Amino acid sequence: MRHTLLATWAGSVLLAGFSGLASAAYELNMQAPASKVAQDVYDLHVLMMWIIVVIFVGVFAVMFYSVFAHRKSKGHQAVQFHENATVELVWTIIPLIILILMAWPATKVLLSLRDTSNPDLTIKVTGYQWKWGYDYLRGEGEGIRFVSALATPRDQIQGTAPKGENYLLEVDNPVVVPVDKKIRILTTGNDVIHSWWVPALGIKQDAIPGFVRDTWFKADRLGTFRGQCTELCGKDHGFMPVVVEVVSADKYSAWVGEQKKKMAAQADDPNKTWTLEESKARGAKVYAANCVACHQANGQGVKGAFPALDGSKVMNGPKDGLINVVLNGKPGTAMAAFGKQLSDTELAAVITHARNSWGNKTGEAIQPAEVRSQRK
Amino acid sequence: MDAVRTHGHAHHDDHAHHPGGIMRWVMTTNHKDIGTMYLWFSFAMLLVGGTMAFVIRAELFQPGLQIVTPEFFNQMTTLHGLIMVFGAIMPAFVGFANWQIPMMIGAPDMAFPRMNNWSFWLLPPAALLLIISLFVPGGGPAAGWTMYVPLATQMGPGMDFSIFAVHLLGMSSIMGSINIITTILNLRAPGMTLMKMPMFCWTWLITAYLLIAVMPVLAGAVTMILTDRHFGTAFFNAAGGGDPVLYQHIFWFFGHPEVYIIAIPAFGVISQVIPAFSRKPLFGYTSMVYATASIAILSFIVWAHHMYTVGMPVTGQLYFMYATMLIAVPTGVKVFNWVATMWKGSLTFETPMLFAIGFLFLFTLGGFSGLVLSLAAVDVQVHDTYYVVAHFHYVMVAGALFSAFAGVYFWLPKWTGRMYDETLGKWHFWLTIIFFNVTFFVQHFLGLAGMPRRVPDYALQFTEFNVISSIGAFGFGVSQLLLPYIVIKAIRSGEKAPQRPWEGAETLEWTHLPSPPPYHSFQTPPVVK
Repeated sequence: MRHTLLATWAGSVLLAGFSGLASAAYELNMQAPASKVAQDVYDLHVLMMWIIVVIFVGVFAVMFYSVFAHRKSKGHQAVQFHENATVELVWTIIPLIILILMAWPATKVLLSLRDTSNPDLTIKVTGYQWKWGYDYLRGEGEGIRFVSALATPRDQIQGTAPKGENYLLEVDNPVVVPVDKKIRILTTGNDVIHSWWVPALGIKQDAIPGFVRDTWFKADRLGTFRGQCTELCGKDHGFMPVVVEVVSADKYSAWVGEQKKKMAAQADDPNKTWTLEESKARGAKVYAANCVACHQANGQGVKGAFPALDGSKVMNGPKDGLINVVLNGKPGTAMAAFGKQLSDTELAAVITHARNSWGNKTGEAIQPAEVRSQRK
Repeated sequence: MDAVRTHGHAHHDDHAHHPGGIMRWVMTTNHKDIGTMYLWFSFAMLLVGGTMAFVIRAELFQPGLQIVTPEFFNQMTTLHGLIMVFGAIMPAFVGFANWQIPMMIGAPDMAFPRMNNWSFWLLPPAALLLIISLFVPGGGPAAGWTMYVPLATQMGPGMDFSIFAVHLLGMSSIMGSINIITTILNLRAPGMTLMKMPMFCWTWLITAYLLIAVMPVLAGAVTMILTDRHFGTAFFNAAGGGDPVLYQHIFWFFGHPEVYIIAIPAFGVISQVIPAFSRKPLFGYTSMVYATASIAILSFIVWAHHMYTVGMPVTGQLYFMYATMLIAVPTGVKVFNWVATMWKGSLTFETPMLFAIGFLFLFTLGGFSGLVLSLAAVDVQVHDTYYVVAHFHYVMVAGALFSAFAGVYFWLPKWTGRMYDETLGKWHFWLTIIFFNVTFFVQHFLGLAGMPRRVPDYALQFTEFNVISSIGAFGFGVSQLLLPYIVIKAIRSGEKAPQRPWEGAETLEWTHLPSPPPYHSFQTPPVVK
């Protein structure tokens, strides 16, 4: 009885171990390429690895032979030879030749990686702390713009809920692009340097505030490709993924139509006068999407890093100064200039929300027109 | 042989000129005392930086946020980098320089003993500034050890603490370098021409020039951050006409030579250890000197290979790629020379030799991953991922740190006059090399598969290798506690060391000085034939 119990227990542990191994991702190489450039980079890397393995094994075979054969404990006497110009010359020139041979394919791949000419579609990517903004600038879908942020719920990160399959690699609004079309990506940053990376597409480009850089890809198969920000950009650097959905041309056209309709429906009338309740409700959504990471849901901020809004003097003080801070940011701090990211309506709503939540009670709705008048 | 003094005589000398107690260490101008302080300081910093690595690896043991907040995680990665580079590795090799250079060239002491004291005593305040920064509002610097702007401009006062710490460390390095260059050029014993100098002295001579050339560049870069932060300048602020990428160019113009500032003295130690335990002179002394100098010169013209993704012109990328690949040539020459030195030697494998072979094997591996990274198209894929983390830990830990361990075990009998416990030394080596590879080898795979560096949390497909890496890191960290135990045990109760415990060791400190050596190494210079 005891034995069978033990056997069952051991069996289940073993089984769990095996299934753990089977489901575990011991990925040893780059992700499966989804573009010609990514494939070229993959192949270049594999080629280099083989050259390196051959040299490495060659050199260290000699060393380990020496370690085993030329030991004092085996009675080996040291042979006192040294300095030989011919040998030195040989082991300078041979590596040089190998390097020149390596440089040839490396140059070819690099040149194709950087050739951003004649795109079918141009998309501007803006890095924000800590989300990505996308503007479809030229080509089918011109005019579409949206912000794409992490969709993984907070409780999965804190460990209070089981983690989903695409944990940390899922967003609310993925970038949608057509397959087999050359997509040029322009990158820029709003606050600090970010870096836009999709491994399967073979591209990574820094998004630098004040400058525009470019790169390109042409996906050769349908699918969803996931990447992340790769330049340290502050607190939530690990939480701003990139998701690219590659779809067929037809599906892409359908998506563009849908987006245009959605944008038209969402457009706010900038001259509307909002009531306090309306504005607060709208502001709560904006707050949850843009402010909560630093100032927290309870408005208490993070002591020493991000100021509390609840009971804050600025928050309950004159509205002009406050609007100015939200519009233009606060230089030298993590407070971003939200004027470039949010509309007048959204800014007015979020300020109304913050001035009338927690312990704050100004009892007044900020109107979009007031924000507009402060834009320079 | 008139420079050889009896132990008793030296002992008398010890107490003749300096105060006792703590003031002995505060006021000392003696190269051995200062070297000792550098080495203990470096070890203390290794523990501080190592504790931070523990925090990092503990958080990364499982996906999700368990132990620290993302803000604190970033402070840990930043300070781990700064403390290990500037607090642990660099001072360790300055410690070796202080102890060894006067003894190896037949001098009584360093050329500027008082400046030597000052360059050491700048370090503890700098280290304190870095550590205190954790407790100021907003916490420590969290922009990475590279302190990239504009992120560095956003930080709280902790950033200013690290800027001032870098200033102090830079002053210390520059003074140390002036001292080393002057000592080597002026205090060599009669007959010791530059090309007869031990390889270790050559590597430090070259390193000292690198330091003098690039430390002011770093100081300038961080000062510009400081004025951007507080005095309204806009060197790196695009909105004011500046350029954030300019900072990266300046930083890496310092940063790449910095890599060799760490690696070249490590080459020097290895070039002493391998011949000693092969019982054979270094195979190509002359070509080693030239190779080291070429590496140093090349290190000035390759900096932008750290910046392949900033969007520089493709011609710039091609130039930096070719120049970087070229470094493989002199580095290869060094590796081939070390292997040729071992070839047909009469090898024994005491702890210093084990660490030297570990260095040779793993540093070369780090060199090869460096070659992969030099190819701009591949680098674009793995830039800022764990592949890079793995690469530079192979160079910094398996390279520089292993070499420092080799040096400590090699010279400990000379410094203390006592032998260390060989069995424990071998344990230290095997635990270190195994756990090192468990920690860092798998990080290559993480990087290739797409895990960015400097993230406190990761996607589920990276879990397994992170678990392995964290287990390795804890093992690696704990194993390092063996080192102070072995050293203290040797000092307290080690067997008395003979003048030349290593059969193949041929430099002046072994052939001319007793163990331990007298307080003023050579009062009369030896004559070198």
